[in-house]
Amino acid sequence: MPSLIDFRRRIRSVKNTQQITKAMKMVSAAKLRRAQDAVIAARPFGNSLRAMLANVATASKGAAVNEQNPLLAERPEERVQVIVISSDRGLAGAFSTNLNKAAQKFCIEDKAGRKIEIEAVGKKAKDYFRRRNFTISGEIFGVTRAPKYSHAADIAKKVIERYTKGEIDSVYVAYNEFKSVSTQKPDVMQILPVPLPQSGDTTGYIFEQPVEQLLETLLPRYVEVLIFRAILESTAAEHAARMTAMDAASSNAADVIEKLTLYMNRVRQASITREIIEVVSGASALE
Amino acid sequence: MAATFELEVATPDKLLVKEQVTEAKIPGLEGYIGVLPEHAPLISELGVGLLSYKVGGKTHSVIVSHGWVEVLGDRARVLASTAEKPDQIDAKRAKEALDRAEKRLREAGDWDIARALKAAERARVRMEAAAKTGR
Repeated sequence: MPSLIDFRRRIRSVKNTQQITKAMKMVSAAKLRRAQDAVIAARPFGNSLRAMLANVATASKGAAVNEQNPLLAERPEERVQVIVISSDRGLAGAFSTNLNKAAQKFCIEDKAGRKIEIEAVGKKAKDYFRRRNFTISGEIFGVTRAPKYSHAADIAKKVIERYTKGEIDSVYVAYNEFKSVSTQKPDVMQILPVPLPQSGDTTGYIFEQPVEQLLETLLPRYVEVLIFRAILESTAAEHAARMTAMDAASSNAADVIEKLTLYMNRVRQASITREIIEVVSGASALE
Repeated sequence: MAATFELEVATPDKLLVKEQVTEAKIPGLEGYIGVLPEHAPLISELGVGLLSYKVGGKTHSVIVSHGWVEVLGDRARVLASTAEKPDQIDAKRAKEALDRAEKRLREAGDWDIARALKAAERARVRMEAAAKTGR
């Protein structure tokens, strides 16, 4: 049976851990708010750009420009690029694992038999796919710590360049969608060839520039915005996941402490009882 | 006829303006576009320049660069790569950027000429705007 001192030591250690998890939970909660604000702040631009692109796309529908634009060119899909947006750090529950598994499933099942290249955003994605011998075309770290538009622009530039050159035939983004504070859903979205949004009527529009030119400048920006949105959502989801995980860890620690305290008191009681018996029996032996 | 329309100015990471305005002057790629309520639907690329708009008789301005503008019904949306209110401009930084860009254009190294030109233009507009607001 462990002694009283052993119990005290264990309780102290669990308490220390609990303090750390509590602090991490609070930090994540603060970061989550900032990340959520960023998602909301980025929404108007994304939505408006989408609406605008839809109008331009509808107006240029059927025109030869659609075949000419390199970002709309559909080729037989042989080489697939998947951008996996995960986190740099752990201690966020199943956040990265779920995403990596979903991305892997997408690569192996949906895109079976094709050459897959992984662009890893975050250490967790890199580690996971390197261990499983996937081809890794590039890795970027430190993005989710403070997501900036330039990060998305850099990634977009790289994949657009490779896609235009014909090195890859399609590009997908795997990221964690921020559903709510308690749920994150791994999602895979196509970004190249650009899935054109469609809209209703665009007759009577004045286009200051030819539609082809507008489409040409709008499309790369649209790709950037899609990636940026994925990064922001993933960041918010990561903080939410960490917050939930750390909350669970803190309450688990509280359970453990309660149990240990109970055992400790039992041991203490037993030793007191034993001592009393010893005293009593010693006294009765003298009579 | 509606007396106002909604003007929205957004950059990739924030929404800068969302207001009911009576008129707006938007720097298009091929010159300024004046927008009043009931304007015909329009899509244009955005140039670099000072976007000004009127709210209740008062004129406000925003410096925008590179993007698009869409006017549709009672709404005008401006999507810009950068957008700042005049009081957010760092005149010193703009001056430095202008000097750097001009130096690059003069020396004609292996710089990206188009990029340097754009940078110079942005810096010039910013400085003008900063000068106008008396800073």
